[in-house]
Amino acid sequence: MNFDLTPDEVMIRQTVRDFAENVVAPGAKDRDEKSEFSFDLMRQMGELGFFGIPFSEEWGGSGGTTVSYALAVEEISRIDASLGLGFAAHVSLGCSPLNLFGTDAQKHEYLTRAIAGTYLAAFGLTEPGAGSDAGGTATFAERTSDGWVISGEKCYITNAGHAGYIVATARTSREHRRISAFIVPEGTAGLSVRCAYNKLGMRSSETCEIHFDQVHVPADHLLGEEGKGLHQFLDILDGGRISIGALSVGVAQAALDASIDYATQRRQFGRTIGQFQAIQFKIADMAMEVEMARTMVLKAAWLKDQHRPYAKEAAMAKLFASEAAMRASNQAVQIYGGAGYMKDYPVERYLRDAKLLEIGEGTSEIQRLVIARQLGLEGDR
Amino acid sequence: MKILVLVKQVPDTATKIRLNPGDTAIQTDGIKWVINPYDEFAIEECLRLKEKAGGEVVVLSLGPSRVEEAIRQALAMGADRAIHVMTDAVIDSQVAARALAKVAQEEGYDLIVTGKQAVDDDQAQVGALVAVELGLPQVTVVIELNVDVESRRIRAERELEGASEIVELPMPAVITAQRGLNEPRYPTLPNIMKAKKKEVKSVPLDSLGVDTTPWVRVEELTLPPERPAAKILTGEPEEAAKELARLLHEEAKVI
Repeated sequence: MNFDLTPDEVMIRQTVRDFAENVVAPGAKDRDEKSEFSFDLMRQMGELGFFGIPFSEEWGGSGGTTVSYALAVEEISRIDASLGLGFAAHVSLGCSPLNLFGTDAQKHEYLTRAIAGTYLAAFGLTEPGAGSDAGGTATFAERTSDGWVISGEKCYITNAGHAGYIVATARTSREHRRISAFIVPEGTAGLSVRCAYNKLGMRSSETCEIHFDQVHVPADHLLGEEGKGLHQFLDILDGGRISIGALSVGVAQAALDASIDYATQRRQFGRTIGQFQAIQFKIADMAMEVEMARTMVLKAAWLKDQHRPYAKEAAMAKLFASEAAMRASNQAVQIYGGAGYMKDYPVERYLRDAKLLEIGEGTSEIQRLVIARQLGLEGDR
Repeated sequence: MKILVLVKQVPDTATKIRLNPGDTAIQTDGIKWVINPYDEFAIEECLRLKEKAGGEVVVLSLGPSRVEEAIRQALAMGADRAIHVMTDAVIDSQVAARALAKVAQEEGYDLIVTGKQAVDDDQAQVGALVAVELGLPQVTVVIELNVDVESRRIRAERELEGASEIVELPMPAVITAQRGLNEPRYPTLPNIMKAKKKEVKSVPLDSLGVDTTPWVRVEELTLPPERPAAKILTGEPEEAAKELARLLHEEAKVI
């Protein structure tokens, strides 16, 4: 067994860490307060090749590993979880569908530019009436002589305001549960995007509502096979879970670092609070959970890199890491006490950001169902 | 234009230095190694020169096998290939300069660039000594560099205390880089992946035929003494000010 990262993985992690600490960190607090999404930072990440880590050189990627990608998401998220979410959603949800199911023409037209950071890519699955139940999709695509006409709406879609294309799911049959995926380019007539949610956390990530009003896309903008959209998306979500797991590890690590920092400085009863066992035990638990979460995330990433089944491990990693991030950030606020409740310190931001991780890309409850199904347990039919 | 950039691997500047009594070198277990920050400015400047004038940037580095990490980093930033002079021996600036000059001579160059000093032992000698070994003009502590490839002339601005000096000199020459010369780039990820395919030629120090007898021998290293706890003056402002003046005069002896 070998837990060592490769020299490439070490160098990629270091490069992303330097970028995060020097370029991302300075405005993170401000962007959160103003709910301000920075496309400029995303563009810079694209230029440095962060978006292309797991993709082939043919499309402008680096041909790196899922492990490298997970390390990169962790490093960005440790400094700014909102930016980490934009990064993870762009790569895992926006780019991956094209990479996995796109034709060469589609990849050439759309994937290369998304990888370069010319624009972002968004993934439209969730609807007002279809969240965890993706099968309940109501958006409909009507076949015409030269393509499709899509009508419906999507909600809580990350990066859609700066997306060059949106990968959207829509029903393609009135009678059967046939769901297909389409590439909808920005600026298509009838497509409107509104990014005005007022969120608890992840405030500087871009979250949007999308309306399709008789949006016409040509026949060659169908992504993958007609009727296989749901199946394809479940695949995408398996990969996405690794990135949300990595994001969670970043937040948990940030909470741990901040806690150690404060515990070794804050004095009460004539000593630093880090000298009290009550605080030491909290920090020891946090460190243990960060270690476990990171190991689980990297193992799931490694399985994916080995082309082995990883759905169960990815769900477990996402579930454990997101809940660990929630516990760690909650305990970090507790260790900071009154100061932790104030916006002067970053720990309250970690707590607000962490909550999303238990919800986005499959709630904790859905992850438990996924794990149970993988263990052979059937649900109600 | 062919540019050689001399790169040294040093402990990360955030490293907590540890010593055992009687040691003549720092404890290196678990240390994180990085490119000497001043050498990063040198690498960046070479890459910019190459982007403008074309040619080749060759990394020249000296040290044990771990140095390859720093070399790969420089290649990931965009250098074309590298030469690694391998040695596990502890060597001084003089031996380093002789070895690097020998390799440079065999390799050929239009320009040699390095950091103004390495942040480990802070001696600031190797750049200057390489110039001496090769009989080249040099300009140190450079904060702005203009190279006219046509006329093979260099115009460099170097930092002095509280002033700066403009120096003109012909190529080839040795330049040592100061902070402010540029902002080193981050390696792009595709370049990190490409770096492992670039050539790194390994040359044993002993094979160069240079005298490796050091001129300097380290007798002992000690950590700087711990700073005593600060004295905090309390009481009425007037009395505190009087006491401060007395302490500055009698104890600190600065007024």
